[in-house]
Amino acid sequence: MSADNAPKIRLQGVRKTFAGGRKVVLDHVDLDIGKGESVVIIGGSGTGKSVTIKCILGLLRPDAGSITIDGREVTPMGEGEREDVNRQVGMLFQGAALFDSLPVWENVAFGLLARKMTGREEGRKIAIEKLAQVGLAPDVADLSPAELSGGMQKRVGLARAIATNPAIIFFDEPTTGLDPIMADVINNLIVKVNREVGATAITITHDMASARKIGDRIAMLYQGRIIWAGPTDAIEHSDNEYVDQFINGRADGPIKMAVRA
Amino acid sequence: MINPLRPIGGAFLSFLGTAGRLALFTFAGVSHCFRPPFYGRILLRQMIDIGFFTLPVVGLTAIFAGMVLALQSFTGFARFSAEGAIANVVVISLTRELGPVLGGLMVAGRIGAAMAAEIGTMRVTEQIDALTTLSTNPMKYLVAPRLIAGVVMMPLVVLIADVIGVFGGYLVSVYKLGFNPANYLQNTWDFMTAHDVISGLVKASVFGFITTLMGCYHGYNSQGGAQGVGKATTNAVVSASILILCFDYILTEAFFTKDVG
Repeated sequence: MSADNAPKIRLQGVRKTFAGGRKVVLDHVDLDIGKGESVVIIGGSGTGKSVTIKCILGLLRPDAGSITIDGREVTPMGEGEREDVNRQVGMLFQGAALFDSLPVWENVAFGLLARKMTGREEGRKIAIEKLAQVGLAPDVADLSPAELSGGMQKRVGLARAIATNPAIIFFDEPTTGLDPIMADVINNLIVKVNREVGATAITITHDMASARKIGDRIAMLYQGRIIWAGPTDAIEHSDNEYVDQFINGRADGPIKMAVRA
Repeated sequence: MINPLRPIGGAFLSFLGTAGRLALFTFAGVSHCFRPPFYGRILLRQMIDIGFFTLPVVGLTAIFAGMVLALQSFTGFARFSAEGAIANVVVISLTRELGPVLGGLMVAGRIGAAMAAEIGTMRVTEQIDALTTLSTNPMKYLVAPRLIAGVVMMPLVVLIADVIGVFGGYLVSVYKLGFNPANYLQNTWDFMTAHDVISGLVKASVFGFITTLMGCYHGYNSQGGAQGVGKATTNAVVSASILILCFDYILTEAFFTKDVG
């Protein structure tokens, strides 16, 4: 495979266990994500979606397998190398994970200030621009995160994720806990910023409306393995009974036992 | 039948595991104190928190300690007609022992708990993970400034507590017990030695390190939502208090062994 068409992110045989190896969460996960592609990982609660992105981000170290970003093996990296890799990453956390002690604009500009890409004044200007990109007025910039609604916190989290113009953006359950209209607003914003930034995007969600809207490709994680992956359009005709049950939200089907557990 | 040695062995292994994790955490925290980048604004905020906002509680503790000490010494020493030694007892007790220990315990309650709660909340709301994704080392950003602030500011807090405590003893001795003000101050000055004061300030610095380390360690490793943060806060205060009393004995022995013989 040439350097040009090599995947931006490649997971091969990734395995992650907890409780001293007794609880297997990821069991030989293989997934390629192309440059500029938007991949959505779907799956029920506890299937290892969050663990997968935490392994890619270096927040968790896999027990076995390989994770490469731009062809570089990232799993054995030390703190310094990992910080370098994370310079091209942005992440929207499920609960937004905004820093309570900082005003909104400093949250948005945090990556810029931490990497000394700008001074505080310039950082504030960029933060206000990014807030505008996600539909928030400049007067939000000086508020504390605690003064914002859940939807506004998600938007600020999104503004923070794109502030450094990252090459890779992770979205962890971007619509969870939001009303359907606000969820669609966030979905539209994600599509918009992905298009504008041109980033490779990985989203984990169990919201199928969100997955269909955001993803170029969908992969389904079940019992620690990718059981199906393909273009978003093809998921309705996957011929996979697990996928069918999940996307149609049926209680009856092969995933029943997992639901009861 | 359960082997009676099993729980003992389990507890011992658990203790060793905790000691190992704490040692690694301490090493990482201290090493980040000496490696750039340094976060001046965070350090300043922590120094103000420890050095300024603890003054009311430490000052009140010190003034009452000094007052009680003078009163107790008077009632005890009157039996031997040694009331004149009150100024000596007050200044030596406060500078060597009560200032640093009571100050340390008060700061452990106020600052150690606040640090554990703040960092613990950051852990359970994924703010610490967010720092990592923003190429910011959480140990460097959260732990190192707090350790430095604890080591630097605690001696200043205790120095002020010493002065306030001596003033408390003066108030009781002069206005309640009828001592001559000039004589009392002269006796205090004559009996006070640089060795006593410095040993107390060194103790204060060590107690500042212990308090901030325990607050950071328990907060950083908290798990399981609000209950986990509450547990981390309690553990931070209890462990800091016990370690302060333990290290007080060790340091006292190191400083004053030659006086005992």
